Amino acid sequence: MITARYAREIPQRYRLEASRCAQCATVSFPPRLVCPTCKGRTFSTITLQNEGKLLSYTVVRVGSDKFSKETPFAVGIIELKDGIRITTQIADANLEKLAHGQTVRLVFRKIQEDGKAGILCYGYKAIVV
Amino acid sequence: MRDAYVIGAGMTKFGELWSNSIRDMFVEAALKAIDDAGVDHIDSMYVGAMSSGLFVQQEHLGALMADYLGVVPMPATHVESACASGGVSFRQAFLEVASGASDIVLAGGVEKMTDGADVTDALATAADQEYEVYHGITFPGLYAIMARAHMQEFGTTREQLAAVAVKNHRNGSKNPNAQFRSEVTLEQVIRSTMVADPLRLLDCSPVSDGAAAVIVASEAVAKKLGKQRIRVAASAQASDTLALHSRKSLTTLNAVVAAAQKAYKMAGKKPSDIQIAEVHDCFTIAEVIVSEDLGFFEKGKGGEAAANGLTSLETGKIRVNTSGGLKSKGHPVGATGIAQIIELYEQLNGKAGARQVENARIGLAENMGGTGASCVIHILEAL
Repeated sequence: MITARYAREIPQRYRLEASRCAQCATVSFPPRLVCPTCKGRTFSTITLQNEGKLLSYTVVRVGSDKFSKETPFAVGIIELKDGIRITTQIADANLEKLAHGQTVRLVFRKIQEDGKAGILCYGYKAIVV
Repeated sequence: MRDAYVIGAGMTKFGELWSNSIRDMFVEAALKAIDDAGVDHIDSMYVGAMSSGLFVQQEHLGALMADYLGVVPMPATHVESACASGGVSFRQAFLEVASGASDIVLAGGVEKMTDGADVTDALATAADQEYEVYHGITFPGLYAIMARAHMQEFGTTREQLAAVAVKNHRNGSKNPNAQFRSEVTLEQVIRSTMVADPLRLLDCSPVSDGAAAVIVASEAVAKKLGKQRIRVAASAQASDTLALHSRKSLTTLNAVVAAAQKAYKMAGKKPSDIQIAEVHDCFTIAEVIVSEDLGFFEKGKGGEAAANGLTSLETGKIRVNTSGGLKSKGHPVGATGIAQIIELYEQLNGKAGARQVENARIGLAENMGGTGASCVIHILEAL
């Protein structure tokens, strides 16, 4: 992954920066240029709360080449306290004991490696609390 | 808009076609369609393909296929809407004829998936690269998340999902163009290798090569050729958020609901008028959810309906995926939407052989891209 592409997403992946619409207060993550609710175009930056609950999940047994050495790993859709939903891995979990509605917290982790000579790519993963 | 008719169809066999190149597959299907229609020329053509750039490092498919079909300088356009590329290709051909801009248009689709690319990675480009795929999720994984939510919300069972695969393999065993012509048992499905819990290998459509093409023509051309029989009664398309997590519900596909509403209105039909439906069963759960969102069954009852034979060729109140669907016929991504139209064309013409539905007059094709972020629906009617 070219570093410029990676760097563009750092505010979201490292710091959970989202945008709040100045007109209707809808929160978007990642930030958008047009509010999906009211079509407003002015926003302020907010930081999402890092706690939420697990809505649904899977355990990936067959990964793409980049993740093939990580399998099996859990990926779920989390609803954060702000109402924002994200897709993320659920780390350090007992794969047999995951369940809908579990409370999770986002933590900072390495997500992937860009080949042998490329950059290390970081971001958020969820852990069950 | 004026009426448009499907007057010819042709496809390659679907499967692992090691000796066939992407261009030869497309030309084979296109020539069959042209010969079937009996036309001496076409005015323009569309090529639906999801990702020939990733699968075979070849883009610019419009010009390539026009070149090898021997029709340059005729206009030829590549259209892409992930797994809905074929359906959108057909819609473009329909719109070009219906608008009066052209009289005879070829709508094709093709994908060459077995030439060595990382297929899981290539298919995942239909999802959000930065906010879904970055985290390691795969396409089976995204549909697995939907499946688990559907099970949790409506009590859909593992066996009900498997019933979709069993039915589609049974139908596909009667289709000479299908990739898998073998039946599978419920037991085989629920014991097959786990891909992404709860979806197993036999819940998933395969990796396939293949091409398909149809000829869309104006009423005047269809009449002249004595082929004024299969009318395009509706064409509708809708979009949804690219990322699954951005949607309010994980168990309803809003693009399917929206496109279906438009299609039924345009055709002047209701769900109970549809006799046969080709739906996008890229995974068993997809057929369950789509059969609900098309209005065939109440929300949450799609799995039960499949398990009770309400969608089967033999006992169905609506026959779903008589071709074998993506599951058994195969899923060369860009060709799929066109192959669905071909199944309807054959059924409505009474030429579907061992899988013929008696007195089939009205059929629907539902083709979707990604986790349902694109959906295109067509209704064909035999006059």
